[in-house]
Amino acid sequence: MEQPLLQVIGVRKAFGGLLAVNDVDFWVPEGQIASLIGPNGAGKTTVFNLITGIETPDAGKILFAGRDITGCPPHVITRAGIARTFQTLRLFPNLTCLENVMAGQHVRTKAGLLSSILHTRRQREEERQICDAARRCLDKVGLWHLRAELAKNLSYGDQRLLEIARALATEPSLLILDEPASGLNNVETARLMELIREIRDEGITILLIEHDMDVVMGISEWITVLDNGRKIGQGTPEDIQQNEEVIVAYLGKEEEDFSWNSCN
Amino acid sequence: MEVVSEAKEFPRRRLIYGALFLLLLIFPFKAGPYWTDVATFFGIYVLLGLSLNIIVGEVGLFNMGHAAFYALGAYTTGILNTVWGIPTVWLLPVSGIVAGGFGYLLTRPIIHLRGDYLLIVTIGLNEILRITLINDPWGLTGGPNGVLGIKRMRLGSLVISRPIHFYFLVLIITTLVVMALLRLQRSRIGRAWNYIREDEVAAEAMGIDVRSMKLLAFVLGAGLAGIAGSIYATKMMIISPESFTFWESIVLFTIVVLGGMGSIPGVIVGSAVMMILPELLRDFMQYRMLFFGAAMVVMMVFRPQGLWPSKRWQLEMGRETEE
Repeated sequence: MEQPLLQVIGVRKAFGGLLAVNDVDFWVPEGQIASLIGPNGAGKTTVFNLITGIETPDAGKILFAGRDITGCPPHVITRAGIARTFQTLRLFPNLTCLENVMAGQHVRTKAGLLSSILHTRRQREEERQICDAARRCLDKVGLWHLRAELAKNLSYGDQRLLEIARALATEPSLLILDEPASGLNNVETARLMELIREIRDEGITILLIEHDMDVVMGISEWITVLDNGRKIGQGTPEDIQQNEEVIVAYLGKEEEDFSWNSCN
Repeated sequence: MEVVSEAKEFPRRRLIYGALFLLLLIFPFKAGPYWTDVATFFGIYVLLGLSLNIIVGEVGLFNMGHAAFYALGAYTTGILNTVWGIPTVWLLPVSGIVAGGFGYLLTRPIIHLRGDYLLIVTIGLNEILRITLINDPWGLTGGPNGVLGIKRMRLGSLVISRPIHFYFLVLIITTLVVMALLRLQRSRIGRAWNYIREDEVAAEAMGIDVRSMKLLAFVLGAGLAGIAGSIYATKMMIISPESFTFWESIVLFTIVVLGGMGSIPGVIVGSAVMMILPELLRDFMQYRMLFFGAAMVVMMVFRPQGLWPSKRWQLEMGRETEE
């Protein structure tokens, strides 16, 4: 077993009376493609928001590379090396693709107000570095030829890829993808899975939050299953497919199963 | 092909800007004192428009109380000069710093507000400041009469007093500010501002410290407005609260929206429309508001992006990295 890159320990989050996440423990092994799955309303997105700092957990701890990041604001977490994409696309619509991806480099550079105004040599070098990094990331997802296009003019599939490129530009060690395959056709999904593997091969750990079981089972090396805000299983895809509780959560219990015969 | 035409266009654009600047240098010698004065006030408005453009145009924060910072700059110069006799030359940067400082203090508690909420609070700030000035706290602001007898700036043996002096003072400062802002637009800071305007949540997720970036924009915008206020104070020698009303803030806001949010040439065009046109239409004074109202309606329907919307400059950048 690889050493865990991300560890979520006893995390709990309630919204009013609703316990969205209840004592969830899981970890993401370094250098692998991990998935967080579960039926609708299982608390996946909440866990995700807790990791990325959008929400603060009521209890529990989140460790990233051995460092406690519980309750840190999002920009600190990004700096620490966690990048994310959004389930509902959140690009910068009126900026070009290149500018969108350049955003990722913000945390890796540091030119301030004065050096920007004075146009110092360091600042110009840094700008070149930002451009180069943005180019690499756009190349990676195959969108370099669209660099001068406004993000809002891209096709839906390309917008998803652009978000991944933007996240990659933050030079993360953990990339969290929130339902990256939603809204993609089969060809695009296959291309996406290939891309995710390529990113993993570069040494970036992936955490996937996904509905599409074909995607999850086809690509994941490590799966955590949530249901009703609780963890009900964790392991390799084979383990999960055998897990009674998971099968019940996804397909329902046999005795509760609606009997078609009684209708007639 | 595309690269060739762009490369050709670049020096040509430089040439146009150079010619335009030359025209500005000659202008006061040909135009006479009245038009030189009009141009000076136009310059002050460009400066104010540019300062508000940082906040409204670049970051997308709706600030409709910008006249407050303009007032803070003017009153800093007025009070420090008349009460303590500090030379107004020194007060030019001091007013900028004081206004910027107030910009920080006043907006820090409200920086998390979005859109219309921020708009309402900034209107409130503007009104509170104006009423405070009228109430003459500690006998400093002179109440409704304002501050009288502000001295002119003295640079060595030159006293900046004639229209042409002010014209060049404003021209120099505005040119420097435009150059600085153009560079800022193409920097990491300028882009971060645009990211926040486009999508705050995504910007935060990209690792941008949204809060401090917004504060930076407010401090910078307020500081520049303060400098404009200082110039105004030494030009008029008298300042009073009625120059810094909510109406003034509306005019500034209109300059930015009319010209095109986030566009520096847009601010200049917007200021021209808002300042020079009324001068030209002086004979139709009664219908001025009617004209503006109609123009705004027509604008919003047919050209909501502004008269001179900001162009994306990334084509150039893309080419640069390709080489």
